This record gives sequence, structure tokens and C-alpha cells, in this order.
Amino acid sequence: METLYVICVGVLTFCGVFLCLRGRTFSVVVGLTMLSYAVNLFLFSSGRLNLDGAAILGMADKYADPLPQALVLTAIVIGFAMIAFVVILSIRARADLGNDLVDGREPPDTPKLVKPRGGKS
Amino acid sequence: MIAHLPILPLIIPMIGGLLMLLPPFIGPEKYQLRRAGSLVLILMQIACSIWLISSVMQDGAIMYAVGDWQPPFGIILYADHLSAMLVALTSFLGLGVVLYSFAGTDSLGKYFHPLIHFQLLGIYGAFLTNDLFNLFVFFEVLLIASYALLVHGGGKQRTAASVHYVILNLVGSSLFLIALGTLYGTTGTLNIADMSQRIGQLPESQAIIAQVGGSLLLIVFGLKAAMLPLHFWLPRTYAEATAPVAALFAIMTKVGVYCIFRVYTVIFGEQSGELADMIVAWVWPLAILTIAVGTIGVLASPSLRMLTGNLVLVSIGTLLIAFSLRTPEATAAGLLYLIHSTLITGALFLIADMIGKQRGKAVDRFVIARKINQQTVLGIMFFVAAMVVAGLPPFSGFLGKLVVLQSAGGTEHVSWVWAAILISSLITIVALSRAGTTLFWRHAPVREESDESDASVWQISGALVLLVASPLIALFGNSFVQYTNEAAAHLHDIPYLLEMMNLAGDAK
Repeated sequence: METLYVICVGVLTFCGVFLCLRGRTFSVVVGLTMLSYAVNLFLFSSGRLNLDGAAILGMADKYADPLPQALVLTAIVIGFAMIAFVVILSIRARADLGNDLVDGREPPDTPKLVKPRGGKS
Repeated sequence: MIAHLPILPLIIPMIGGLLMLLPPFIGPEKYQLRRAGSLVLILMQIACSIWLISSVMQDGAIMYAVGDWQPPFGIILYADHLSAMLVALTSFLGLGVVLYSFAGTDSLGKYFHPLIHFQLLGIYGAFLTNDLFNLFVFFEVLLIASYALLVHGGGKQRTAASVHYVILNLVGSSLFLIALGTLYGTTGTLNIADMSQRIGQLPESQAIIAQVGGSLLLIVFGLKAAMLPLHFWLPRTYAEATAPVAALFAIMTKVGVYCIFRVYTVIFGEQSGELADMIVAWVWPLAILTIAVGTIGVLASPSLRMLTGNLVLVSIGTLLIAFSLRTPEATAAGLLYLIHSTLITGALFLIADMIGKQRGKAVDRFVIARKINQQTVLGIMFFVAAMVVAGLPPFSGFLGKLVVLQSAGGTEHVSWVWAAILISSLITIVALSRAGTTLFWRHAPVREESDESDASVWQISGALVLLVASPLIALFGNSFVQYTNEAAAHLHDIPYLLEMMNLAGDAK
């Protein structure tokens, strides 16, 4: 179970970081969302992974740490609000700046990079 | 009542801010009522923070267990000399900001005043809390308010700047949570005092993970504090925000610096065994480089607000130097410098805005433009602010820099510290005198009467409140130095903290 969990968190973090480094706000927002999922999973695992554990002492032989669960709940709520804000802000930036680039303008070397091959000449 | 004192600075802006969203205060024609309400709230906060300081000075630090859940399990608010001082500083800065905004900034949007108070709530909370996760929550409170305040007033440039700011800080929050998870996973606690006890007793395999968590925290706080190389967002963001918001943001970088002081003194301090002072080797060169880059930025700035943004960077570098000396004397010097630099950069943002409003399209850029209406008033204010920020006697800047230089004397890094601070001061003087000459003396021949109105009484009084603090700090220098010495001594005195938390002797 640990291996699967670790791979999930790792892949999510990787995708999140990769998408955050993209140039357009849509992929950045998706990246931030993935990053916050990864973070929530990670935070949840900080109390160690337990199966069949009650969160209350004395109710079962094994018990799970209740604090990370409370932390994750808080982190989810805050993360959700922040993502909602960044979505609205990106829409506003799209309207104000006329494009959906994070910098608000094309990078200066864009024409060289995306010049279509095999056009004329 | 006195037992509940530490939570009052949080309750007042929270309840007050919420009330200001309700009927008697909403509606475009009710702006006078909103202003009055905001002024009353900020005055209450100042009164409360002064009360907090005086009771801390009399009876020592106050521990407040929220909901009476005792440490290490519950959320603890902890008001010692340092926290009380910073809460007072924030509320005082808030007064200047609120006064200045009465001149019209607050009517650019409906929710300016409630947002200011939510922002203050987040900052007070970050200063008062003694629980790492609670610190995260208050960071988010102050951040979400700052996101909204940054776009206040609208405009293309402002939106572009705030996209960067918001995305960067969201990534920073994710890193914060990862660091918290790591530290909780290894130490099993979130209470700062409790963690400082347990971190030294970790087995080696766990200690290395805790070190990773601690280093991640440095990245988060460094991002907030605009430490090199995480500073790129700062000058642009501060230059684009409306003036009162930029002035209020002057304390936000200091929140990051405060967290570095608190966390790396208490948790990763001398008592933490192998992990003791693990980040100092990193902070040293970064602090010097932050000063260097900030100073170059000061020289290269095209406008007064950009220049002030870079001055914030220089002040952060100086504070980090004070941190990395790791003695109570250096910490005390840093705290004194912190008070001074927060107030004066806040004042400079306000002055830059007043100057910019009277120069037509040139705004506050260093180009030849029309003559300023109120040359005398604004000129004197700019001159005083420039002297203070460059660190010339007889103002607080001189005192602040002097104590930092003194505290570095006799350490191995003394030549680096003295060189960095003194050279950057000299260059700051050069840059500011060039700025002042262009702004006030080199104007186009007067052809027609300018149609810009004078700076209003509110604007002048808002900036004056922040500016007057500087000579006062110099005048009552002795009591300020005494207070910061005591604050630093308490910060470094971890057994005292554990005793306050009833955790002493709890060590396994």
C-alpha cells in the first residue's frame, strides 16, 4: 500500500510542478490543483498509513492519528478557496490583457520557436 | 478580561471586518460610515496592542490556550515581547494606511476597509500564534486578503502583477504544507515549543527528514520575505499596488522574516542537537546577496515606487544578516531595524503616490515633467524620508543601522557585514538624491496651471503618522533599545518558553 501511495503522490506532484511551469494560465491552474491534491495526500500520510484504525482511543486495538485528518480537512477547504480565486483571477487576466499567458504578453523569442516549417520557400 | 487579552487583536478586526460587510455599512453612499467604522476599529486595535505591550512588560509573556485545550494538544496563542511589539507596529502602520486611503483610494472598490482589517487579522495571527499549522492558516488569511487588495482599483498592469503574485504564493503554500507534514511525521507535534524539545531527541534516520522539512520551511518563509533568489515578484508587485496597499505590504515581508527568526531560533536553535543552526550557512551569503541585488535595483529603478520596492529588499537583507549572527544582541538590533524599516518604507510608498499624482502623465518616473504643486510640503517629507531610509543621523535609520553594525563587531564576518551595509547605504544616498533632484528641481517650464488637486489632508496626515515615528524612535532610542533587547532575550530563552507552556520536564 505504501508503494502505491508514494507513487501516486509522486506522480501528482511531478505533473503539478510540470504544469505550473507552463506559460498559459489554464495549465498553471490545473497544475496548482494537482499540486494541492498531492499535498493533501502527503499531509494525510504524515500520521502514518493505517488500515482499520479508529480515530478514538480505546475503541479499537489499532488507532489512527486523528490530527492529520483534521489538518487535511482544513488544507482542502483552504486549497479549494485559493484555486477558486486563481480561476477567477485568470479569467479576469484573460479579459484585461487580451491573452491567457501568465506573463500577459508573448515571450520575445516566440516567433523563432513556433515558426511553421515547410511554409513558403 | 486580562486573561483573554492575546486573542483581542484577532477578535476586533475579525468581528469588525465582518460587521462592515453588513447593511448599515454597505452601499456606495455609505462610504463616510465605512470610513468612520474603519477608523474606530484601527484605533481599538492600537489601544489593544498598547495594552498588550504594557501587560507583557509588567507580567512577562502571556500564554493563551484557545478553547482551554492545554499545550501541546491545543492551539496556543503566545504573546511575548516580540509578538506584542510586532502587533503594535502592524496596527500603527494600519492607522497610516487607513488615514491615507480616506483620500479616495477606498472608494475605488466596495470592500476596501473590510479587506484591510482581514489583512491585519492575518498578520496579527501570524505574529501571535505558537502553532505551526495555525501559522499556515493565518498565512492564508493574510494572503487571500492581500490578493484581493492587490487587484483593488483594477487596471491591466495590476492584474498582470497579481497573477504572478497569486501563483507564486499558491506554490509557496503547497510547499508549506509539505514541510508541515514532514515535520509532523517526524516529531509528532505542531506546537513550536513542543517541537523544539523533540527535535533534538530524534534518531538520526528521522533527523534527516526533519532537516528536509526545516529547509522547505526556509523556502516558504524566504518567498514571503523576498530573500534572494525568491525576490523577483517583489518590486513589480509593490510598484503596481495602490499606495495604501503597498504601504501595508511593507509589513508582509517582515512576517516572513519574523517566522525565520521564530522558527529557526526556537525549533532549530542551539538545543536541537545535530540540526542546530542548520540554515545559517545558507542564509549568510543569501543575505549579503539580497543587499547587493537590492542596491543594484535601487540604482536602476526607473520610478520612485520601484525604488522603494528595492529598498524593501535591502532592508530584508539587513534583517537576515542580523538573523544569521545568531546572538541575542544581533537579534535585538535586527528588531529595532525592523520597526524602523517597516514604517519608513510604508511612508515612502505613500509619499511616492502623492508626488506621482501631481506630475501628470509622468507619475513618479524619473523624467522631466511638470512642476509639483506642493513643492515645499512634499519636498520636506521626501527629504526627511530619504534621510531616514539611507540611515543618516539624527533619525531612526542611523540608530537602526548603527546597532546592526555594532552587533556584528567582533564576529568573523564583520568585514562582509560592514562592507555590505555601508556600501549599500552610500549607494542609496546617491540614488535618492538623484531621485529627489529629478522629481523636485528638474521640471519643464510652467506653461499652464496644472489641474491636479493638492494632496488632501488625509493623505498628508497618513504619511506624517508613519514619518513622525522615525524621529520619535531616535528620541526615545534608549527605551526602544531596552525593549528590543528584552524581546530578543526572551526569544532566545527557550527554557522560559517551555515553562510558560507547562512543557518543562516533559522531555522523554
